[in-house]
Amino acid sequence: MRSVRDTARDVQNGDESALSVVEESLAQIRARNEELHVFLYVDEDGARAAANALDERIARGETVGALAGVPVALKDNLCQTGIPTTCSSKILEGWRPPYNATVVDRLLGAGAVPVGKTNLDEFAMGSSTENSAFGPTRNPLCTSRVPGGSSGGSAAAVAADMAPLALGSDTGGSIRQPAALCGLIGVKPSYGLVSRYGLIAFASSLDQIGPLTKTVTDAAMALEAIAGHDPLDSTSLPEPSPSLVAHVDDGVAGRRVGVVRELIDGADEDVVASVERAVEVLRDAGATIVELSVPEFRLGLSAYYLIAPAEASSNLARFDGVRYGLRVDAGDVTAMMEATRTAGFGEEVKRRIMLGTYALSAGYYDAYYGQALKVRTLTIDAFRRAYQEADLLIGATTPSVAFEFGSKTADPMAMYLSDVFTIPSNLSGEPAISVPFGTGEAGLPVGVQLLGPGRSEARLFAGARVLEIADGRP
Amino acid sequence: MAGLRREDVAHVAKLARLTMSESELDKFTVQLGQVLDHASDMNALDLDGVVATAHPFGLINVVRADDVRPCLDHDAVMSMAPDAQDGRFAVPRILGEAP
Repeated sequence: MRSVRDTARDVQNGDESALSVVEESLAQIRARNEELHVFLYVDEDGARAAANALDERIARGETVGALAGVPVALKDNLCQTGIPTTCSSKILEGWRPPYNATVVDRLLGAGAVPVGKTNLDEFAMGSSTENSAFGPTRNPLCTSRVPGGSSGGSAAAVAADMAPLALGSDTGGSIRQPAALCGLIGVKPSYGLVSRYGLIAFASSLDQIGPLTKTVTDAAMALEAIAGHDPLDSTSLPEPSPSLVAHVDDGVAGRRVGVVRELIDGADEDVVASVERAVEVLRDAGATIVELSVPEFRLGLSAYYLIAPAEASSNLARFDGVRYGLRVDAGDVTAMMEATRTAGFGEEVKRRIMLGTYALSAGYYDAYYGQALKVRTLTIDAFRRAYQEADLLIGATTPSVAFEFGSKTADPMAMYLSDVFTIPSNLSGEPAISVPFGTGEAGLPVGVQLLGPGRSEARLFAGARVLEIADGRP
Repeated sequence: MAGLRREDVAHVAKLARLTMSESELDKFTVQLGQVLDHASDMNALDLDGVVATAHPFGLINVVRADDVRPCLDHDAVMSMAPDAQDGRFAVPRILGEAP
């Protein structure tokens, strides 16, 4: 499948119809979805209707948006009017949202064509899609391995050429980690840059929506389209969408790049080797390399696995069998709620709700949640100090390439530890991007992560583009 | 921190409105205990005087003008309810004795 950029250009120029692009996407989904289990729902009729409408507008000579005719896969925790939205949970099975998420409205406004909803770890809690109530997604690059998670379906959709663009959500690495494991660009934007209206909440102080694509330019185009202030999200930054595509080729000459020990140590040798080569590439491109140690990043994992479950336990209290989704009847209203939640939530979701409820409960709040919020402050302060010495930071996205199914499911703590490099940016609310660079074990892609201060997306895209070119994708 | 006890897990399950089987209680006591043990590395820190961060950029209240504006279609919302009566969400009895 061609890139977002080329597809939009050809459709805008009338060189190709939006319908033929969409048919190509739908054909690929039909060909591979049974094997890979990427989409939970495919909206063939809706996609064709949207493509036809776009083609009619182009035929009338109307100007169409920057993403004209681009098929887009949506993670199934993003609401689209009338389209089943499950969060890969039985508790929402059959629910059809009565409204669009703001990102969906923005994509539609830019001419993109949603083709369906992708699998995820239930309520975005996981790193492999093995926690989906509807079964895992397979990594298109090696089907015995996980695609990563929680946005594993979105990553697999792009990697399997089902769509050139997918949206995911990233609470502790859920865009960047699957992007790394599937050989894609994955962007976790600055907190507040992209509206979360219509994203079903996991941990509200950490969640951000972002794109997964095959190229840096495609990711910049997508983020430009979905970013910018939204009055429907009270955490939305007040400014309009930043200029990103124009800065993709700015390079890194004169930039100070901080190589952070704590974002590399503990990773497998093949991953470390890729990061080290990426550092050399940036040095050769004119960046100044600074070695940094930020011990606070290690503590981030502990803080995260109290803060995120605490917020989740509160956010998921709304699933009580009253207003939407599953209801399991039982004697009185409390029994009904308990029966509904017990039947509707999967094991990992229950584990996080329990952890969060405990961390917030009387007698433990100060020791756990309160302590975690202070460690969050330490992490943010540590970033601030690092950015006095560097303009951007580099490390690994994940400790390993894509792992085998079942290798971490018995030990939740092992699965949690695979998020250690991605979590700090969620705690600080700052942007980070994963870019494929080199290959590791079994020829699988390695993701290198670039991190920057708040609103530094353009800088990160420019750095990622340098690595993309050096990795043979001009 | 004292170790997580099975009765703590049972109490939390009740607060979270989740029914736990005996084997689930055993498993969760071990697994949640492991996460809490890992978190205990934070207790070694001197955090006196560190201000808690609940939000990455110090969010303050965001309010809009108190004008009437269109909202979601009532019928569309109610059509997704597990049970509704006269345009309202219907639930099992709340008051009085449970059957």
